[in-house]
Amino acid sequence: MTEPDILFGVYCPPHPQPLLSPEASEGYGKLRDAYDTCRKRIEDSDADLILVYSTTWPSIIGHQIQAHPEPEWVHVDDDFHYLGSMPYKFRMDVEFAQSFRDAAESRGLQSRTVAYDGFPIDTGSVVALKLLNPENRIPACIVSSNMYANRAETIVLGKSARDAIQQQGKKAVVVVVSSLSNRMFTEHIDPAEDRIHSAKDDEWNRKILEFFGDGRLEDLSQLSREIHGQIRVQKVVAYKPAWWMSATMGQHNNYTGEVLAYEALHGSGGAVVMLTPSSETVGDKEFDEDDVEHYHGDRGVLDKGAL
Amino acid sequence: MAKGEIVLGCLAPHPPHVVYAENPEQNEAFSEGGWETLRWGYNRLARKLKTIDYDAMVIFTPHWQTYIGTHFLGLPEFKSKSVDPVFPNIFRFNYDISVDVELAEKMCAVAGETGIITKMMRNPDFRIDYGTITSCHMLNPEWDKPLVTISSNRNAHYYSPEVMNEQAGALGKACAKAIEDSGKKVVLISSHSLSHRHFVTESPLPEDMSREHIYNHSQYVWDMKLVDMMRGGKMREVIDIMPEYTEQTIAETEAGGLTWMMSAMGYPDYPAEIYGYQSVIGTGNLIAAWDPMEATREIVL
Repeated sequence: MTEPDILFGVYCPPHPQPLLSPEASEGYGKLRDAYDTCRKRIEDSDADLILVYSTTWPSIIGHQIQAHPEPEWVHVDDDFHYLGSMPYKFRMDVEFAQSFRDAAESRGLQSRTVAYDGFPIDTGSVVALKLLNPENRIPACIVSSNMYANRAETIVLGKSARDAIQQQGKKAVVVVVSSLSNRMFTEHIDPAEDRIHSAKDDEWNRKILEFFGDGRLEDLSQLSREIHGQIRVQKVVAYKPAWWMSATMGQHNNYTGEVLAYEALHGSGGAVVMLTPSSETVGDKEFDEDDVEHYHGDRGVLDKGAL
Repeated sequence: MAKGEIVLGCLAPHPPHVVYAENPEQNEAFSEGGWETLRWGYNRLARKLKTIDYDAMVIFTPHWQTYIGTHFLGLPEFKSKSVDPVFPNIFRFNYDISVDVELAEKMCAVAGETGIITKMMRNPDFRIDYGTITSCHMLNPEWDKPLVTISSNRNAHYYSPEVMNEQAGALGKACAKAIEDSGKKVVLISSHSLSHRHFVTESPLPEDMSREHIYNHSQYVWDMKLVDMMRGGKMREVIDIMPEYTEQTIAETEAGGLTWMMSAMGYPDYPAEIYGYQSVIGTGNLIAAWDPMEATREIVL
């Protein structure tokens, strides 16, 4: 069977400042520039699907997938409402959404599509799609992040996305909307003086970006629980985006990583990163936990990782 | 000017299922009913509210989550549609609400003076959360009273349930002072479930009551412990054990609503009126009220 055609992945933050107030600080401007770089890369690619996993769309009843053909609203963020409104009208790939739901169900997940006028698309998805695909040139799909899901469920959700991309024969750009460290300042600040909340958060963020830069996506996936404990505010049970991203793009470390920007967003860690599948690098990027489908005896760790 | 006062405090859970089950004209979805124990309890409390003279409802909602301080609705009117992001199949509610901006600004100012981080929300495109709408609709389906909606600052996430308890308590005290200064008669609403572990699947017919039960017995036992303490007028003790209760049952009290309301009411030592307890998609939901007037206080259930 052929591999799904995933052109590249983008990891980007959910906060609205790069969209609504890029001029408010040098850092927000750099993040906006990085989004613009990603937008150009997407426009220059022959992608026919943008698939978004957003950590700011929590779900409870399984995994929800946006399937309204043209969702339209004026969105306002709960915290940053004073920065302005975010009117949007997106173009969704309904057929893909249905295929993704079917793939998730066939792998044992509870999943459903949602297609309701006025459904509240989350801040992270709105920011990402408005900046990465402003003219709706490429149809998109958004999937929620179930608040109770842990590693296995999230990985299977990623594999379902991969199944659907393959079945539909899509050329996909995978977008994960998530902060790195997500502790914001709890008071209002001057954006010009924004910084990462703590030295510890900054140190961990830079370590994660080192992994991203080296293309070690599966390693990040396997560090997710540690990342959650170290630098994530405990809003949900786990830090899931790297699990999903790796399972969707391919559970290995053979990527070309580009960290386009890393800046503070009201204290949290905001990074725009691109990961492009590569066949050139292998051997020095081992990972700890194999993705087991069948038991094959002892693992030869360094043998793994080739595309 | 006479001093303002809190004339009633209501614990009013907001699973959108109860609005769905009522089939009000504002909601697009249609149901065959369901969750009667809660709905009939709400109906009874709504009838009691009709007998009380009050100027505004002040509601603390977990579904307007803010991390940078506590925010207050700050425009006189909001008209739009609220679609529940988790249960869009059952809740798509067209609302038209009025806000007591003067009271909201006073609360914001008094809380700010005590050192609490606050912000007025004045973006006209802001969408009202389904927690506010569900609780307020069930308590006052005529929507003939102005609201003040207060966001929930997520101290339990950022720090701990103990910090949440302290800060929500301080906010309650500040709001009580603002109400007193305003000269208004106010109903407080703490909008949330008790235990809050959900099922992650839904029956094909959401109102199929043969499928509805508490997520686990531990949650039920904890919820009943709280109900017993409320009946016994032990609200200081309830708030004291709030951190343990919240952690043990992943309760929606984590947002701080009950602590806020009890602090504003001076931690009542009189019995709560109990109107109903029922699970909704596995969570534990209690409708209760605290009536400061002994003459009108009832034993309901």
